Amino acid sequence: MRGLFSLTSGSLFGLGLLISGMVDTSRVQGWLDIFGDWDPTLAFVLGGAIIPMAIAWRLSEKRRGPVAGGSFPARPAQRITPDLAIGSMIFGAGWGLAGLCPGPSLASLSFGGWEGLIFVGSMAAGMLLAVPAKRVRLASA
Amino acid sequence: MIEQSYLYGLVGGLIIGAAGAVYLLGNGRIMGASGVIGGLVDGSGLGEWRDRLLFIAGLVAAPWLALSALGLSAETNITSNPAVIVAAGLLVGFGSRLANGCTSGHGVCGISRLSLRGIAATGFYLFAGGVSVLLFKHILGVI
Repeated sequence: MRGLFSLTSGSLFGLGLLISGMVDTSRVQGWLDIFGDWDPTLAFVLGGAIIPMAIAWRLSEKRRGPVAGGSFPARPAQRITPDLAIGSMIFGAGWGLAGLCPGPSLASLSFGGWEGLIFVGSMAAGMLLAVPAKRVRLASA
Repeated sequence: MIEQSYLYGLVGGLIIGAAGAVYLLGNGRIMGASGVIGGLVDGSGLGEWRDRLLFIAGLVAAPWLALSALGLSAETNITSNPAVIVAAGLLVGFGSRLANGCTSGHGVCGISRLSLRGIAATGFYLFAGGVSVLLFKHILGVI
């Protein structure tokens, strides 16, 4: 059951990213390029995605738990930590530089050529580097 | 007249939101791409390795299957400068894990829950993304 939901969700996510054009790095960079030829498509994608997701959050409040069992994710502490701010800005810098984020990098893996493979490999390396960085920050906190 | 790309964006967005809804209501998990991938890469989420692998399998295979079935092709238009690709990949991987989320987790799932952290993270990465394009495209001219 869990596996079926995971496969369905990943497949829908990939199709949505493909149809929305978010696998096209020039579209993403066009959205971020407010001083150039600005492309507002990403706002439609984010706006569209928020609608079913907001309904899902409301439904989750009415249900006792997820269909496959377990419990719904608890609301995390609403604190804007340095890690959240610094990490998001580092992520954003890379997002602008190549026009790719984690979801689209995988959705385009089958047709993205060697460039896409190198991006995903580098992204995995960056994820590994974040482990000691977080540990150091926790120790100094 | 609305541009066709906006319409595709909206329809694609609705499907992305439906994907997140299935993950939440079905499995009780927040659909965040960096979290699903990162938990496998650094071993912190190996307890749910099957869910993660199946999610990634669908994410990679569904666009490929759809394009093959329809006889279409898609372009990423990504830069062919390896230094830019490696630098961007490192920044995206490192930053999204430090922040515990990216465009899907903080953006789609966080904003729709009116999560202060998700909204703040989205503000930070949109700002940095805009500065990044301004710097690397218009000032330095490397992209």
